Amino acid sequence: MNVIKTYALTKNYGKSRGIIDIDLTVEEGDFFGFIGPNGAGKSTTIRTLLGLISPTGGRAELFGKDIFKQKEEILKFIGYMPSEAAFYHNMKVKDVIKLSAEIRCMDCRDEAKLLCDRLEIDTEKKIRELSLGNRKKVSVVCALQHKPKLCILDEPTSGLDPLMQREFYSILEELNKAGTTIFLSSHVLSEIQRYCKHAAVIREGRLLISDSIENLGHTKAKRVQLRGTDNLPSLENVRDLKINGDTISFLYSGKPDILLKMLASLHLSDVNISEPDLEEVFMHYYEKEEK
Amino acid sequence: MTLFKHELKQGRNALIIWTAVIAFMLGTCIIIYPEMKSQMSEVSEMFSEMGSFSAAFGMDKINFGEFLGYFSTECGNVLGLGGAFFAALLGITSLAKEEKEHTAEFLLTNPISRSKVVLQKLISVFMQIVILNAFVVGITALSVLIVGEKPDAKLLALIFLAYFILQVEIAAICFGISAFIGRGGLGVGLGMAALFYFLNIISNLTEQAEFLKYITPFAFAEGADIITNKSIDIKYLSVGLVFTVIGIIAAFYKYGKKDIL
Repeated sequence: MNVIKTYALTKNYGKSRGIIDIDLTVEEGDFFGFIGPNGAGKSTTIRTLLGLISPTGGRAELFGKDIFKQKEEILKFIGYMPSEAAFYHNMKVKDVIKLSAEIRCMDCRDEAKLLCDRLEIDTEKKIRELSLGNRKKVSVVCALQHKPKLCILDEPTSGLDPLMQREFYSILEELNKAGTTIFLSSHVLSEIQRYCKHAAVIREGRLLISDSIENLGHTKAKRVQLRGTDNLPSLENVRDLKINGDTISFLYSGKPDILLKMLASLHLSDVNISEPDLEEVFMHYYEKEEK
Repeated sequence: MTLFKHELKQGRNALIIWTAVIAFMLGTCIIIYPEMKSQMSEVSEMFSEMGSFSAAFGMDKINFGEFLGYFSTECGNVLGLGGAFFAALLGITSLAKEEKEHTAEFLLTNPISRSKVVLQKLISVFMQIVILNAFVVGITALSVLIVGEKPDAKLLALIFLAYFILQVEIAAICFGISAFIGRGGLGVGLGMAALFYFLNIISNLTEQAEFLKYITPFAFAEGADIITNKSIDIKYLSVGLVFTVIGIIAAFYKYGKKDIL
């Protein structure tokens, strides 16, 4: 079953670009990463899915229900963690967590207690006394305490220390194993690579690609490293060329025999041809296409 | 009703402070009345000689020798202006504060419809106005007992009712504006309350400016007129009620489809 399905979802903010024709599919039980540079439209997409902003074109369904007509019903099953973890600053942490449960008309005390212990949250403190990282942790509890079927997390780990990040992801992995669908946006490519099953890349408001992490890493391009020369003969389909002393490194996406013929003509002390890092693949999407 | 309770809790301190200040000032004005009374004949004479200045505050129609005359003028300044500012403050911050503090994302991603959010916030605004007025009426009654005056209870009630409706109207208009603005807007709210007050003063000064009475709720809450006519002026009141309804409808309409950025 598709948990998230969008059809040419578009949001136009007057003059400025929002998102354009986003077709996104996330299946039940997925751990989905949503990647893109600042201002690419990650948050706009997420906010549209949650009904905070209304699309100017296209439509979207969560759990097969229309995000506009059945918004309240949908939100019952969603846990959302905004990128800015802002709360009523004069309230105590425990009261915010309680309020969040009460608005949902649910008793989540056991789950909340469990999460607070794992994330080491001091629930007696007031929100205004908390650092960003600690507010993020409160936000995690508010998003997860009602055991949602779908977690939508907007840059969840920014501000969390490495230990907390690990704890946070282990909580997410447990939930995911129990059947919860996780949809998170992030800048941190290594995170996506390590935890996600599928990922999509958005840039300048458009969805560039959406595929499994494995397939995303499997591109035709190879990382080629040559030692013993500082001069590369002219060759087509070369990107990301780096020359460092007698070492040359580049991404090659042409035919292999042409590369090998060229290499045979050189006097090299070492050759290494390998799959590029996933990070390299993502970086390629981040950077503007060269013309 | 979770959100309603939450709103009341959030506004508790402000409500206590405003109520205490307004009630204290009204109470004080009443307690000093016996002393003022002895000097009132001179004061009344003085006011009658001040011409349009007295007219501006509606004091030309009032007999200061009587408690109600004295009270309605004091009331006009303390409860009228104080209550108007408080109502404006409540209304203008009610919806806008969620976006200003970035809590809208937290609030509106709960399974609660926008119209329910607006409704519960609206009820909490009115509730706070009711609490303030109930307390002020109580303190007034107590103070009146202390000084041993026996004013016409029906007229006194009418004056309080007029000020209550005035506050409701200003709160509703500001509430409507609150749905449109994303950030703060405190200045807009307080400015509007002050503007209404001065419009009434201007409309009292010259007959050419009488049309302003249709705009400002201070017109139907003019204590001197209520005492003279023994009723609230229905034509100004009905315009005020129309503004109130427009403010509320605008809030529901706008907030229902607003983009939360």
